[in-house]
Amino acid sequence: MRKMSGIIKLFRRNAVAYVFLTPWLLGFLVLTLYPMLYSLRLSFTDYDFTKPDSTQWIGLGNYQKMFGSVFGQSEFTASTGEVMRVDRYYTKSLSVTFTYVFVSVPLKLIFALAVAMLMNQKLRGVSFYRAVYYIPTLLGGSVAIAVLWRKLFEKDGLVNELLGAIGFTDLPSWITNPEYSLYTLILLTVWQFGSSMIIFLAGLKQIPQEYYEAASVDGANKVRQFFSITIPLLSPVIMFNLVMQMIGAFQAFTQAYIIGGGRGGVLNSTLFYTLHLYIQGWTYHEMGYASAMAWVLLLIIGGITAIIFISSKWWVSYGAGE
Amino acid sequence: MKTSTVIRHTLTHLFIIVLGLIMIYPIAWMIVSSFKPNNMIFSDPGLIPKAVTTENYITGWDGYAGTSFGKFFKNSFTICALAIVGNLISCTMAAYAFARLKFVGRGFWFAVMMATLMLPGHVTLVPRYILFNTFGWLGSILPIVAPKFLATDAFFVFLLVQFIRSLPKELEEAATIDGCGTFGVFLRIVIPLASPALVTTALFTFLWTWDDFFNHLLYLTRPDTFTVSRALRTFIGDAGAVSNWGGALAMGTLSIVPAFILFFSLQKYFVQGISTTGIKG
Repeated sequence: MRKMSGIIKLFRRNAVAYVFLTPWLLGFLVLTLYPMLYSLRLSFTDYDFTKPDSTQWIGLGNYQKMFGSVFGQSEFTASTGEVMRVDRYYTKSLSVTFTYVFVSVPLKLIFALAVAMLMNQKLRGVSFYRAVYYIPTLLGGSVAIAVLWRKLFEKDGLVNELLGAIGFTDLPSWITNPEYSLYTLILLTVWQFGSSMIIFLAGLKQIPQEYYEAASVDGANKVRQFFSITIPLLSPVIMFNLVMQMIGAFQAFTQAYIIGGGRGGVLNSTLFYTLHLYIQGWTYHEMGYASAMAWVLLLIIGGITAIIFISSKWWVSYGAGE
Repeated sequence: MKTSTVIRHTLTHLFIIVLGLIMIYPIAWMIVSSFKPNNMIFSDPGLIPKAVTTENYITGWDGYAGTSFGKFFKNSFTICALAIVGNLISCTMAAYAFARLKFVGRGFWFAVMMATLMLPGHVTLVPRYILFNTFGWLGSILPIVAPKFLATDAFFVFLLVQFIRSLPKELEEAATIDGCGTFGVFLRIVIPLASPALVTTALFTFLWTWDDFFNHLLYLTRPDTFTVSRALRTFIGDAGAVSNWGGALAMGTLSIVPAFILFFSLQKYFVQGISTTGIKG
């Protein structure tokens, strides 16, 4: 009898816990796991939302469409016998996105760390300054700021007015010039360093002041202290910021969409990966292809995250004061 | 204090203030320019307008395709309110289970939840779209709001788990001894104690839903269902041309007012939210 009641108790405890977990579990199964498997399957088809009945299995066709141009192909024969054209803009969208991620994320983190160190001194009004520096992050993701950014970097926009006032001439339209347009978006991203700054600031506060005092007694200068104390002790925080910002940057969409007017900008110079995916899936109804693109994005992000985690063995220290 | 320290601190202050002004300048310029006559926005980089007008607010408020910004604001507030309710209920329930209850498979499900934190939403995009279509939900707010009731924002589950774990267990144990069941402990002890984290959750749910553009672009198809962020996009034509800059800047300015108010009234919750979970942005 006692054993029975023990089982009933165990069962009841689990049942109660799973009641609490039900919304999340349902959400995970219906809105995450099932869609993931479904999109993996769609990625091997030519699924078109407007005519789902004519969906055909095309094997690796979508993946060949993505990477065919790398091997100099312009068209290829799918497993259905149909001749498919490769996506000439896919590699462009990859290079745009990689440039964006690998330039904006490091710059953003360097800025965030530099400002956080400035604010980590015993100054009056730090919480006010912190608030002011966070405002661009608070608003930067909005459509309003994207619209504003277009205005600022146009031929006759605010930036050129200011540059003109201090003597520059022959200024380009930064937004519509394919050489510069991506960098206006990078600037917009770097401008929003507020979250990383707050996280760095919290991390810096954890470093005991005695370490720096001991280091100055030993004759280490500020630069030496930065590389021997600040960086190693902050390395877990740096890694965290790096991973989160990298994942976010690969998925950037709104600002490029607004500034490019719903397209990839002049000569596709701001054709972000997710923007290209959206255009393929929702403008051209190539939803099988869009699914394949999404899976490749997942693999890219997963791969880079894995590299950061594996490499962390060499550059992230978790022991205090070592 | 030594003279050298005073000088160093003054210089640091000066540097922080100048850099801060440069950072804020674009936003300040947008707000000021929204009160300038349309033909002067282009030629005037200064912050003090030579002429002040409310004309931009009047022409901008007219909105798009016969729907005014009044309606867009109402739509945005409705979606945000529902999203907040959904996230508060579902994320708190899941977080309580992960943080305090013992059950078979807890470690496994927790790992799954953490993995979804890093999952790019695009891999679920097309099937979700198909799914919502079979429900007949396209064009309505349901595809945006309903997932919130199923705790799909793992960020908040994580935030709340962290917070609930940090609470002292004694109160819950005392309540249990006094005959309070699991649901009673959850409602009467955990929820009141976790209220700072709930405010953070509500706050960021509001901001992200307010600023969300992608889902609104996908699912809101009729102009009378548009949110503010979706409607602002209509100021920019398909080729990138803008006909009414004044209106765009005026409505853009109005659209950032709620975020400003929340930020300055609830600042400590921002810092808490960002530093405990490293909220993106």
